[in-house]
Amino acid sequence: MTTTIAFDTRRAAVWAGLSRGWIETRQNFTETAYVVGHAIPPLAFLAVLLFLRGKNVRGTDLALVSMMLPSFVGITIAFGGLSGPAVAMTTDREDGTLLRAKATPHGMVGYLIGKIVMFASTTLVGLLAVVIPGMAIVDDVILDARGWLQVALIFVVGMVATVPIGLALGSLMKSTAQAMLVPLACTVIMGVSGIAFPITVLPTWVQWMAQAFPIYWLGLGVRSAMLPAERAAFEIGQSWRTVEMFAVLGVWAVIGLLLAPILLRRMARRQSGSALAKVRERYMTKGY
Amino acid sequence: MDTSSEAPVLALEVRDLRMRYGAKDVLAGVTFAAKRGEVLALLGPNGAGKTTTIEILEGFRLRSAGHVSVLGTDPVRGDEAWRARIGVVLQSWRDHRFWRVRELLAYLARFYAPFATAEVARPWDVDELIDVVGLSESAHAKIMALSGGQRRRLDVAIGIVGRPEVVFFDEPTAGFDPHARRDFHDLIHRLSDFEHTTILMTTHDLDEAEKIADRILVLDEGRIIADGTADQLARELTTAAEVHWTSGGQRHVHAVRQGDPSVFVRALLDENPDVTELEVRRASLEDTYMALVRRVESPGGGGPETSARTPEVQA
Repeated sequence: MTTTIAFDTRRAAVWAGLSRGWIETRQNFTETAYVVGHAIPPLAFLAVLLFLRGKNVRGTDLALVSMMLPSFVGITIAFGGLSGPAVAMTTDREDGTLLRAKATPHGMVGYLIGKIVMFASTTLVGLLAVVIPGMAIVDDVILDARGWLQVALIFVVGMVATVPIGLALGSLMKSTAQAMLVPLACTVIMGVSGIAFPITVLPTWVQWMAQAFPIYWLGLGVRSAMLPAERAAFEIGQSWRTVEMFAVLGVWAVIGLLLAPILLRRMARRQSGSALAKVRERYMTKGY
Repeated sequence: MDTSSEAPVLALEVRDLRMRYGAKDVLAGVTFAAKRGEVLALLGPNGAGKTTTIEILEGFRLRSAGHVSVLGTDPVRGDEAWRARIGVVLQSWRDHRFWRVRELLAYLARFYAPFATAEVARPWDVDELIDVVGLSESAHAKIMALSGGQRRRLDVAIGIVGRPEVVFFDEPTAGFDPHARRDFHDLIHRLSDFEHTTILMTTHDLDEAEKIADRILVLDEGRIIADGTADQLARELTTAAEVHWTSGGQRHVHAVRQGDPSVFVRALLDENPDVTELEVRRASLEDTYMALVRRVESPGGGGPETSARTPEVQA
């Protein structure tokens, strides 16, 4: 009987979490501050594509933009899954949202489900906002039913591989200002992940570093879905390395799913009214 | 596991609670209890340990030593079913600012529905609750657009949306205008009288504690130094009284520091047959409390300087 009650109470929290996800998704597309934040990356990506249209990768017949468009899609997934949750985790901690969740029975379950739904849906919209207009700018990318399916699969795997890591990083960060290191680090890693030029032109040790992170593999995965097979020649090992891609993303997913609950619990344990008062005081005196 | 049917008579029980940070004892043996439906005000100067006490009872902070029981459960071991019976009114800042009032309450209410029992229907009906806290006109307003007082009403509503059996309020009326304060007091009475909700609130405001609390606990330097009704406290903490009278066209005042003022009054009337407008004023709890805070801040500084007041001359 006890287990039935526990199941019921948790199910209520799951449903509440889904409603939270829907409410917050809607806010993300109606609140000006959020809308601007979501619009900037796709607009920047599309501007780059327009600007570089007609240029080839140096010394090849590969159109630069046809390589960039799928890579931008990969970045959208990685940023949506890593920096979104990391920053949200610290802002929600500092403004008291997490403490409210903690004061509610199974409130953390509802909170996390809500966040995951919100990150997934906003990332998906961001992805479509790059792909659909991007296809009109770039001629030689193909996106047939199989390609779409592959992109959808990479999106799902990418979310599972990044959101838990993002949440874990966010729970480690002491403040929102510190959490901004996550998008910053992502940007640096992005620079060497074969987005604007083939990764093979970089020194081997840089290639190895880039391959340790999910960003490179997400870009590679989407390129394999959208580019003709012969374009694999520009990749490491002249191959799309699909198995390796899913394996690396899988390892990240496992690491994230193992670490996130431990770090989230540790962080939630420390939440209290006086902890929040300290944050408020810090903001009042220092401003960040 | 239905814990509410065998609810203990004592909703809160704290015995010899200690909290130590490094070498500093924030709580040095706090003991008190509350019966179901009782309203307790925890009063004390800043740094007295009020927030620490309330956070330990809420289950948000680990204690160093002592016995604590909230609804028969040690908060450290409180599960989600226990959590559902506790209401916490947080000092909000800017959380959920893009949410709308009714939206947030309805969302939070959902978590409590499966914890309803035969005795307690959970959660509150959201529209009724919004009406009770006086937010009907702002039900669809964005939380960021609420005034400070409205925001606080919402915090109170969030704290009680699950129809808790015990509610913890930390400085509930900070930033309330007199009208909101009055509404809040009515709500507290409603919760304790009709819902048998046990309430523990911290406050700086003595007047408020006198108005709404069945019992006042004065916490100082990690100890409860007084525990009782407002009248008991005034008697317990100070024996000072002021005797005012008019004689010979002059208004006089005399401070009785110790003992029964009747002795002085009897002698006064015997010696001065022309005494009129006789008044004996007990120190208000406010005077008592302020004296106490002052005494604490300057150890050995003696009692309140009642005799330093100049005698009033009335027209």
